[in-house]
Amino acid sequence: MTDAASTDNPGTRSGQAGRAGPPRLALAGITKRFPGTLANDSVDLDLAAGEIHALLGENGAGKSTLVKIVYGILEADAGSLRWEGAPVTVASPADARRLGIGMVFQHFSLFEAFTVAENIALGLESGESVAAITPRILEVSERYGLALHPDRPVHTLSVGERQRVEIVRCLLQDPKLLIMDEPTSVLTPQEATRLFETLRRLAEEGRTILYISHKLEEIRALCSRATVMRGGRVVAVCDPRRETAHGLAEMMIGRELRIPEHKAPPETGAARLEVRGLSVEPDHALGTPVRDASLAVHAGEIVGIAGVAGNGQAELLAALSGEARAPDAGMILIDGTPVGRSGPERRRALGLCYVPEERLGHGAVPTMTLAENAILGAARREGLARHGFLRLDRARDFAGAVIDRFRVVARGPDAQARSLSGGNLQRFIVGREVAQRPSLLLCAAPTWGVDAGAAAAIHRALIELANDGVAILVVSQDLDELFALADRIAVLFDGRLSEACPLAETDLERIGLLMGGADPDAAREALHVGEAPAGARP
Amino acid sequence: MSPRLEPRGEPSRLLTWLSPVIAVAATLVAGAVLFALLGFDPARALWLFFITPVSTVYGLTELGVKATPLCLIAVGLALGFRANVWNIGAEGQLTLGAVAAGGLALAFWGDGGFWLLPLMVIGGAVGGMVWGAIPALLRTRFNANEILVSLMLTYVATLILSYLVHGPWKDPDGFAFPESRMFEDSARLPDLVPGSRLHIGALFALAAVAGAWVLIGRTLVGFELKVVGTAPQAARYAGFSHNRMIWLTFLITGALAGIAGMAEVSGPIGLLQPQISPGYGFTAIIVAFLGRLHPGGILLASLLLALSYLGGEAVQIGMGLPLAATGVFQGMLLFFLLASDILITHRVRLGRRPAAAPAAPRAAAPEAGE
Amino acid sequence: MIGVDTLTAILVSMIVAATPLIYAGIGELVVEKSGVLNLGVEGMMLVGAVAGFAVAATTGSAFLAIPVAMMAGAAMALVFGVLTLTLLANQVATGLALTIFGIGLSSLIGKGYVGTPLDRLPRLDLPVLSDIPLIGPVLFGHDALVYLSVATVAAVGWFLSRTRPGLVLRAIGDNHDAAHAIGYPVIAVRYAAVAFGGAMSGLGGAYLSLAYSPMWAENMSAGRGWIALALVVFATWRPGRLLAGAYLFGGVTIAQLHVQGAGIAVPAQVMSMLPYLATIVVLVIISRDAARIRLNAPACLGKVFQADA
Repeated sequence: MTDAASTDNPGTRSGQAGRAGPPRLALAGITKRFPGTLANDSVDLDLAAGEIHALLGENGAGKSTLVKIVYGILEADAGSLRWEGAPVTVASPADARRLGIGMVFQHFSLFEAFTVAENIALGLESGESVAAITPRILEVSERYGLALHPDRPVHTLSVGERQRVEIVRCLLQDPKLLIMDEPTSVLTPQEATRLFETLRRLAEEGRTILYISHKLEEIRALCSRATVMRGGRVVAVCDPRRETAHGLAEMMIGRELRIPEHKAPPETGAARLEVRGLSVEPDHALGTPVRDASLAVHAGEIVGIAGVAGNGQAELLAALSGEARAPDAGMILIDGTPVGRSGPERRRALGLCYVPEERLGHGAVPTMTLAENAILGAARREGLARHGFLRLDRARDFAGAVIDRFRVVARGPDAQARSLSGGNLQRFIVGREVAQRPSLLLCAAPTWGVDAGAAAAIHRALIELANDGVAILVVSQDLDELFALADRIAVLFDGRLSEACPLAETDLERIGLLMGGADPDAAREALHVGEAPAGARP
Repeated sequence: MSPRLEPRGEPSRLLTWLSPVIAVAATLVAGAVLFALLGFDPARALWLFFITPVSTVYGLTELGVKATPLCLIAVGLALGFRANVWNIGAEGQLTLGAVAAGGLALAFWGDGGFWLLPLMVIGGAVGGMVWGAIPALLRTRFNANEILVSLMLTYVATLILSYLVHGPWKDPDGFAFPESRMFEDSARLPDLVPGSRLHIGALFALAAVAGAWVLIGRTLVGFELKVVGTAPQAARYAGFSHNRMIWLTFLITGALAGIAGMAEVSGPIGLLQPQISPGYGFTAIIVAFLGRLHPGGILLASLLLALSYLGGEAVQIGMGLPLAATGVFQGMLLFFLLASDILITHRVRLGRRPAAAPAAPRAAAPEAGE
Repeated sequence: MIGVDTLTAILVSMIVAATPLIYAGIGELVVEKSGVLNLGVEGMMLVGAVAGFAVAATTGSAFLAIPVAMMAGAAMALVFGVLTLTLLANQVATGLALTIFGIGLSSLIGKGYVGTPLDRLPRLDLPVLSDIPLIGPVLFGHDALVYLSVATVAAVGWFLSRTRPGLVLRAIGDNHDAAHAIGYPVIAVRYAAVAFGGAMSGLGGAYLSLAYSPMWAENMSAGRGWIALALVVFATWRPGRLLAGAYLFGGVTIAQLHVQGAGIAVPAQVMSMLPYLATIVVLVIISRDAARIRLNAPACLGKVFQADA
């Protein structure tokens, strides 16, 4: 990312040392309990004027709960808030906004069917009309380099543009504290860099930014102070620029980190999955069509598909898994058998297993037991149904075996899927698919939103599987994950799939440019003007 | 100290089955209040409504007569509701089943035999299935809302029956009455209890309960219904087809409702008349919910709702209350049931703060929304 | 050829037949725009019809009867609101319960009023204008509720598309979680919408029992509540199209009377089927384009909202 030292903004980091006045916001002893879990345990947090303050922690550490309390979405069970020295209660987001707190959510709270200007008008207390607000949108978006068209319907916008809508909406209220919840998780590296510039400009104006993330490098690049949370408590407050990424990670995870070893380059076997000129129409108006995608995944290799969500991943996955049909059977082949027009069951019989992105409601039925969820994915390959009748004992045995082998923390095969934590349910789903001995495994965001322990276990399972000669395709937004797992990486942008490139021949910047729709070769050539005519690449 | 609702970690199995009991109790209380408001002695009215009808053997057989169609239809509806398929037109499917079966009885009038009854059962089932197939087709082919289509078809079915008994099928010797001629004996379902109106149609209902019980608990189809209904995306993941479930449930419900219609005209009524069902097709919706969409529960619930018909008649005769009291009771019962179902997933707490519940092990706790 | 008199009669009765559908439909449209599906329209109409009739028959005052009918409909709707919005019950099941309950309750209340005669709502004849042939009676010869129905549709259209509360209501129907995150009172707005829908259904029912056919009969709405629900889909949730659709259905409803009047030998029952069959046909035609329905339908329609989720 960008260099860490350049974040010095004269006069704005007074919060740490100078402490001219009270902190802009001070939390003391914030405690919040949910049924069965203590999400925040007596949390203290000080935010100074003009600082970019990181709130660092793993998924489940309690970061989101804490900021929801600050923003008035949740009510703390105990603890107090002081705003510029005065005790306050924030009972609702409206209260928060009145104080001068703005928040940009991780999952954008936008109205798909409405225009940019309508969305922004909805977010403003003032009750201004859409017409009155339009010029102000243009003004703010120009001042902070956040290009936007007020009249465009939100469902036509890219994820980066949607985030800009959220930011502009907050800025129009002239906030003194801006909370950003995992803002770069959906951005390309280049978009993230642009965002950082905007955030630095805002901090220079004296605004405080509370920056929530678990990405260590960007925190080191952007923030002047970091509060680290683990298991609902604050475990450290530090200056991230003086820490190494490794050191921050240990604070966050709380034990020695073990970097997963990358597996040896594969002995490339036969092509297990072949995709030939696949085009898929989306099943709803807001989807992205996949156009003319081609790809091969061989036995023993892991191929990654990178890309920002909404660029055709859902459509591609549906077509590959059989949830949607391809226009032509020959567009998808499993071990040479055309399956483009077949359903999931036939493809499973041929050796395809699938871990979808969404755990609850897609990979598992939340209200069903683990044994029943075993039937959902493994009825065919594990013989959990015969002649139309269920074999419940076998299903329980199979679920029990998956629980043991993949160390799923659950009450047993009769526990409801939704009673498991995200990480444990993901272990179960990955385990269910892996235990069926597939010859080809399709994985979407296999470690999205799971704790580090589960993520490492899942990565290990995938690598072992590939070493056993299984062909694996991983579709993920998480570049760290893809670089850790994949032998080759392709990029999906606007429904078009780039060629899968061996890991050794590519790098983060190149993938980032492809994710943003730029041609990395053209971009490189632009740096060396006149060296070679465009298009004449080696 | 105002009561608050707080989500439970896992739904309560106990309350799943206790909720209908709470609903029935609440309905009794509300019913007593209603009777008092209308100026009747609540104790006497409730006694008359709920106890008198079943205090004789004949009353018990009448309970079976009314429960039979309710149970048959509700078993089918429950399969659909499990899959989020909303067939609201069972009344119409019942009517068409009655028309088909009655048509056969009239067609073979005078030369029936042992074969006529089985033929009428099949005819009733087919008639109901045809009427159920229309919303299924329009839903799966054209995405037309099955609730509205099946309901509109109920009105159409009633009008078809009305046309037939006023016109072509009217009893030539029936004076001005819009009725068909009486079916002959070979077209009448035999009685189960001599001297009562309870007919062997009740056995059809028991068979349907048994069949559905196996279907729901033991078969892949039952599993598919539940997955399609609760998690459509997971159903696609497993390769289960929503359209197939729409067809399946509409055809099964149509057949069962059609058989119920056949049993009504061939059993207690014995001829075709403009109205052959006092809203069994709609009341069965309540039966299905009250029975927790489970065949065993439905069997019990059908008896209770059958009692609401008998009770309505009893208070009409005994106290001069309108028969419509039945509908009010039925509606209230469903309201209270839907209301008390919140207790399955939530617990009621008094005061502001949740009591210090023992924290579950962290590993088993849901992640706090991150 | 049909004469001017016949044409006038057809158009006038078409407008009258459409009016209850307009009220019930525009109410449900607002409810659905806020993301709630209330299938209890039929039950609310019936309770409104009987309440209005009872008050008019007892007091002789339509001015009293109409607000009471609206309140009765709204009270029914609030029962639905408590169950679905506060107690998170399934909206489809609750709507059905509301209809079953409403049919029973209206019959119970109305038992004593069967056969009671009542004067039809007075027509607001405008001097001169009402005397113009054809246009006069069709446009200017109605009771106040006919004009009010058109005005209500216009007002709802203006409210939804031009005002900020309308924008908020639509936003809540589009994405209740986002609206909640911003801080809009999702539940309160939905309660208001549901109550408005109930009041409009009650008014539509009262129009049936006070003006359309001034009498009370069990189940007198005869499926109009369900047709109103279909009209909202037909209109793809747009008030203007709802108005057009209602007049179309009004036309179908009265066509049967005029065909019979003209002495054409079609069984009465077949003619009576027309509105129901027309509803099915219209639903099929509109719903065929699934993408269009999905783009126009409020995205949260029928979904349960939980603030803590």
